[in-house]
Amino acid sequence: MAKRTALGLYKDAHAAAAAVENLKQGRFTDQDIDILSGTPYPEGAFGEHHIGHKLFVFPFIGAACGFSVGLLLTAGTQLSYPMVTGGKPILSVPPMAIIMYEGTMLGAILFTILGILFESRLPRVRKSVYDARITEGYVGIRVACDAQRFDAALNALKQAGADDVKFDTQPGAATA
Amino acid sequence: MQERVQISDEQINRELLSGVLHTPLWFWGLVLLLGAVAGVGVIAAGFLVYFGVGVLGLNRPVFWGFLITNFVFWVGISHAGVMISAILRLTQAEWRRPVTRAAEVLTIFALSTAALFPLIHTGRPWRALYWVFPYDFSRGIWPNVRSPLIWDPSAIFTYLTGTILFVFIALVPDLGMVRDRTTGWRHKLYSVLSLGWEGNPRQWRLQAVAGILLSALILPVFVSVHSIVSWDFGMAVAVETWHATVFAPYFVIGAVHSGVSAVVTMMALLLWIFKLKNYIRPDHFDALGRLLVVVATAWLYFYVLDFFFGMYALEPQEIANRTLIMFQWPMSFMFVLFALASYFIPIPLWLSRKNRRNITLMFWSSILVNIGMWMERFQIIVPGLMRKEPFTFTWGGYAPTVVELAMVTGSFALVGLGLLIFSKFFPLIPAWEQKEGQLLQDEVQVGRAKVPGLVHE
Repeated sequence: MAKRTALGLYKDAHAAAAAVENLKQGRFTDQDIDILSGTPYPEGAFGEHHIGHKLFVFPFIGAACGFSVGLLLTAGTQLSYPMVTGGKPILSVPPMAIIMYEGTMLGAILFTILGILFESRLPRVRKSVYDARITEGYVGIRVACDAQRFDAALNALKQAGADDVKFDTQPGAATA
Repeated sequence: MQERVQISDEQINRELLSGVLHTPLWFWGLVLLLGAVAGVGVIAAGFLVYFGVGVLGLNRPVFWGFLITNFVFWVGISHAGVMISAILRLTQAEWRRPVTRAAEVLTIFALSTAALFPLIHTGRPWRALYWVFPYDFSRGIWPNVRSPLIWDPSAIFTYLTGTILFVFIALVPDLGMVRDRTTGWRHKLYSVLSLGWEGNPRQWRLQAVAGILLSALILPVFVSVHSIVSWDFGMAVAVETWHATVFAPYFVIGAVHSGVSAVVTMMALLLWIFKLKNYIRPDHFDALGRLLVVVATAWLYFYVLDFFFGMYALEPQEIANRTLIMFQWPMSFMFVLFALASYFIPIPLWLSRKNRRNITLMFWSSILVNIGMWMERFQIIVPGLMRKEPFTFTWGGYAPTVVELAMVTGSFALVGLGLLIFSKFFPLIPAWEQKEGQLLQDEVQVGRAKVPGLVHE
């Protein structure tokens, strides 16, 4: 069944929270509702559920990869040109540790960035109903639902005192 | 932090994006001026590449001069940005909001400029690449990982990459905001850069966690970078005055001193140029000034430690080096200037709250610190080499040439130009963080006084 999307814009955060409440009472689920704002509101300000993520795993994977690359690079370059100097071992551990440390940190940072993008679901290619006023202080409550429940969604948004309501012009289409 | 200004989201957008959306005439004038000075530096670098290192004032035994001094100086400046940003984010200091991005961006341009100098200094930059990157498979020649000169690029590369990504992630919400206010090719550009940001709770949650996590990751890198830069000197057994274990913390704290001062300079310029009095207030200079008093005193402690341990053993090179620095013209003059500029003039000034809140005074005193800190780096590097050899007839001198002076001057213009161009495309003060600050602040009645209160999760 074709999906339709509506976006209610609220100047007042209380009204936006009321809109989310109306939608939930109308049996719209958390998956149907998206809350858009230009400011990070405290978690739960609009009655949304806690957002879980696994971001903390990413730096560890990155660190392990970076460490391995650092080890391969430092050990590999020394072993492939095995020149003994002063009777000392071919592999000089203290300098290796420095480069491996940098590799570890670089890997951790790179994977953290990947993790942030992945967990934030970015980049977001598919366009949906949006309004530039959101970055001007308005809170947008967007609801995506089956076409037959679309009127109920619009009513819920308007009842909460939306300053404006936008929606896609036809099922499946998006307006920016 | 008693001063609060209530600003609407609309006003924040208008004021913080004015530099991005409108281009005043002075902008082009400043770009031309800085571009011309930086251009002279580029021509000087071209001159060096064409004619070779003979155009520099280097000679036996002084093979590191102005260019390496400038490298250490800019690496030092680069340290403030992320240090300030990361520590203030981790401690959730409220006054960080207008400071962080500008400081991080300063890191990017200072570090990029710093990285140019060791390469230019070789005279044949393209031949230096195989010292760093393991690509010469045909000849089987690999980087010598035992050399601190190889640790340097690995640390700088990590720090620069980390900082760029750190800035980018925190910039994404503001890129979304710019996207919403632009049309045509700029709208397309910002649409791509903002990655489709919409500001839903998941994105904001991750943004908050990212700030803390990346701060925690970048801090150890920040410490390692200047430690490793100090080891370019500290690991050199041949130059006795450099060969000291104290160099790593001494360099790191010196970097913080010069870097935080540079942030003060930049904040004052931002305030005056972009008229951001609602965001950058005397409070911020007060806080930075207090931080600087502590940092500068810690730096002085390490300086004295280095001096004390150097002199304790009464090694001939150490004595010759200190005698040169403190008693022989023109080094002695430079020593007095350095001591006054980097500590004994600014710090007594900054002990007074009234002075710390005087932005003009903070601006000029922070510039003074950096003049002093540039000379400090010079006095670490060059006199040590001049008195490196045990016999007086092998001692040498150093005088910079016009080519070196042009490149050093050009580097300042290059960093300024980078910051200016950045400010044309991206807001230098994070708008979303300002809005968050506005959202979380409230006035609390305590007795008969109303004081600003902040709510944190």
